[in-house]
Amino acid sequence: MNKHISPRLNRRAFVIGTAAVGAGLAIGLDLPLGGPAVVRAADGSPEIGAWVVVRPDDTVVIRIARSEMGQGSLTGLAQLVAEELECDWTKVTTEYPTPGQSVARKRVWGDFSTGGSRGIRSSQDYVRKGGATARVMLIQAAADAWKVPASECRAENSVITHTPSGRTTTYGKVAEAAAKLTPPADVKLKDPKDWKLIGKGVNRLDTADKTTGAMVYGIDVKLPGMLNAAIKDCPVFGGKLKSFDEAKIADMKGVKKVVKVGDTAVAVVADTWWHAKTALESLPIVWDEGDNAKVSSESIAKWLAEGLDNSQPAYVGNKNGDAKAAIAGAAKKVEAVYSYPYQNHATMEPMNATALYTADGCEVWCGTQNGEAAFAAVLEASGLPAEKCDVHKVMLGGGFGRRGQTDYVRQAVMIAKQMPGTPIKLLWSREEDMAHGRYHPITQCKMTGAFDANNNLIALHYRLSGQSILFSLRPEALQNGMDPAAFQGVAQSGEAAFGYSVPNLLVEHAMRNPHVPPGFWRGVNVNHNAIYMECFMDELAHAAGQDPLEFRRKLMGNHPKHLAVLNAVAEKIGWTSPAPQGVYRGIAQVMGYGSYVAGAAEISVTDGIKIKVHRIVASTDPGYVVNPAQVERQVAGSFVYGLSALFYGGCTVKDGKIEQTNFDTYNSMRINEMPKVETVMVPSGGFWGGVGEPTIGVAAPAVLNAYFAATGKRIRQVPLRDQNITFA
Amino acid sequence: MANLTINGKTFTLDVEPDTPLLWAIRENAGLTGTKYGCGIAQCGACTVHLDGVAMRSCGISVGEAEGKKITTIEGLASGNTLHRVQEAWIAQDVPQCGYCQSGMIMAVAALLNEKPKPTDADIDEAITNICRCGTFQQVREAIHTIASA
Repeated sequence: MNKHISPRLNRRAFVIGTAAVGAGLAIGLDLPLGGPAVVRAADGSPEIGAWVVVRPDDTVVIRIARSEMGQGSLTGLAQLVAEELECDWTKVTTEYPTPGQSVARKRVWGDFSTGGSRGIRSSQDYVRKGGATARVMLIQAAADAWKVPASECRAENSVITHTPSGRTTTYGKVAEAAAKLTPPADVKLKDPKDWKLIGKGVNRLDTADKTTGAMVYGIDVKLPGMLNAAIKDCPVFGGKLKSFDEAKIADMKGVKKVVKVGDTAVAVVADTWWHAKTALESLPIVWDEGDNAKVSSESIAKWLAEGLDNSQPAYVGNKNGDAKAAIAGAAKKVEAVYSYPYQNHATMEPMNATALYTADGCEVWCGTQNGEAAFAAVLEASGLPAEKCDVHKVMLGGGFGRRGQTDYVRQAVMIAKQMPGTPIKLLWSREEDMAHGRYHPITQCKMTGAFDANNNLIALHYRLSGQSILFSLRPEALQNGMDPAAFQGVAQSGEAAFGYSVPNLLVEHAMRNPHVPPGFWRGVNVNHNAIYMECFMDELAHAAGQDPLEFRRKLMGNHPKHLAVLNAVAEKIGWTSPAPQGVYRGIAQVMGYGSYVAGAAEISVTDGIKIKVHRIVASTDPGYVVNPAQVERQVAGSFVYGLSALFYGGCTVKDGKIEQTNFDTYNSMRINEMPKVETVMVPSGGFWGGVGEPTIGVAAPAVLNAYFAATGKRIRQVPLRDQNITFA
Repeated sequence: MANLTINGKTFTLDVEPDTPLLWAIRENAGLTGTKYGCGIAQCGACTVHLDGVAMRSCGISVGEAEGKKITTIEGLASGNTLHRVQEAWIAQDVPQCGYCQSGMIMAVAALLNEKPKPTDADIDEAITNICRCGTFQQVREAIHTIASA
């Protein structure tokens, strides 16, 4: 007899839409007399280690802790497990463990955080071991049944064969026995040269439901008796809610309750979200906007510009020689100031979460990039202990870093807590989403380069001024006040190392933190650092009268991996042969998230303001490529995201609020503006780099450098729409 | 109350005539495949067919949609047979996060109905949906695959 223990809440039989992705596994636990416990999935099938469940029909269920938000990691992680498991890929399916289950099992699935292009690279070793461990146990179970040494057996495609006798069995048949075995202490992983599934561009595992409307996103969650909430948070960041007059909307159709959410926001709860939103728009609200209402883009720009002055304090992020002295005594100097604005993530699906708070506990259903952070937010907002709470992850309608934050989860719980027993779905309007982002940080950068009499670059001073993300979101990660992430792409060493050798170098950051909340926005600090450095490198090349590619190559002798990707794009775009008539080229390279990337563009410019991108090329060396089809899509997608920000993005501040309200004022590229991205993958092996973010850094500088080649004019500010430059 | 014909079925819904069709479809008819993205007919995530024409359902009122044949992503397949756009989308792995793809697929299905062999220029003109993941080249390639089949 199996004794099934339900690990936490007495779950009600909720049905979430049709395709209940991530609805929880309802894990049970066998407690047999003697021997290790067998952990069972919801359907009773046994776990073969925490990562793998094998059903009697040979279906293999692979557990995925990281979140899928379109980047393809769900499929890539399954490939990593399946490679070592030697299972039949056509019978693989996946499921999300919940953060509550993970906590109850001493974080057996590791980190849930899905940001920083970490999904694959930070999980690859332990998920492959999870697959290998299960394979060893399954083979051992077959060998035990046959009373033969396991060393005489092999597994392929979910079939175990006893090589000397030719006897076979399948994973499904031995799973029960395998689950009772003690897992091996250590397993040997395959040599990359023996990989069959890793490196193959297999189709994603989650596509079909995305084509029929069946895929359940947070916005689609339905629970019995559920009500809907619309919210308005003080439009001035840091401001507070003073009062609201709920009597004015009490008679509006569908309105059930008006609730205060923390100190800063008010929500209307109604039968439908449309009713809630309509009533919220009619609700008289008085805000206490505070001093931040005096802040504007102009005042921020002025404050940041002051930080560019060398007399102001700054953190040194990368240094060698004496750049200031070398510049002072140089034969020739070049100086330029660049800037990069706030950007909203503008995920297609606005922020939302559904919460149920009862006497028994609190459960939340939402798209999140970090299930464990969402879980912590539920505990904090509900005031309940971990064993009474859980988070059920559903598909994200885009993440790009925004859904790593948990503000919307916390709000949903705070509303639900005021209506115990009633499930509440909180959905932000697009306008709320634009007004309350966690914005790409704002910065300016002054760069000074110096040459000797022979036009050799002898010094570079890179002085950033502006906002730190870690200061706001992860102050514990600051190093004596310095934000090390601010130097992504221009760092001394590590996963975002500078790719040039300059004898006298000074890279510093004058940290200035305006009141607008910053966040991790796809590519994060690589975005502006790559524009600043790579556009300025182009300026230096021209000042030296040298070809931009050749000028870079001379500085990259000690950085062979950076150089290899640069050479790869140069070759692909045909740098050494002339561009077509009227077409001009730009090139850029950077390192981020452990990967080396480069980009090159071919554009034409009409009337100085209409840009047509004819070709755009990317190269990447992420060490290993798990799924080239998905890498190609991530690279192309990063270029669309990066170029949308370059051409159309930019969030401005007036009276302490963000001015952009929707896609009419914060536009995004359409299909007619985007050429095919030609991606060259040059994985050199021996390390694991990220994929989702690094390439975003090179799209914008490649285009900006091509714009200079075409017009002789430097663009040093983003977005281009502010300079009346747009797509042809 | 309003009577809406969605995917060949008549729905009698307790909804005001000025409610955007999008929200009547999602909240009153319970068909959540049609997505909310902007509410101002900019992004196309809410695209449905009205009498066969691709329309942004956030910008149409329930009153305007009454008496018209409404098709949503849930009604695109014929029974268990997927529409050729859905089949191509699966075969060529077009979606990333997939949130905009209901609207994208509806827009593409209407385009192919009108122009069975669209040129790149036809695609550029007809497909104006926002996709923040940036699936555009897979969308274009899949359209050409369908057209050349």
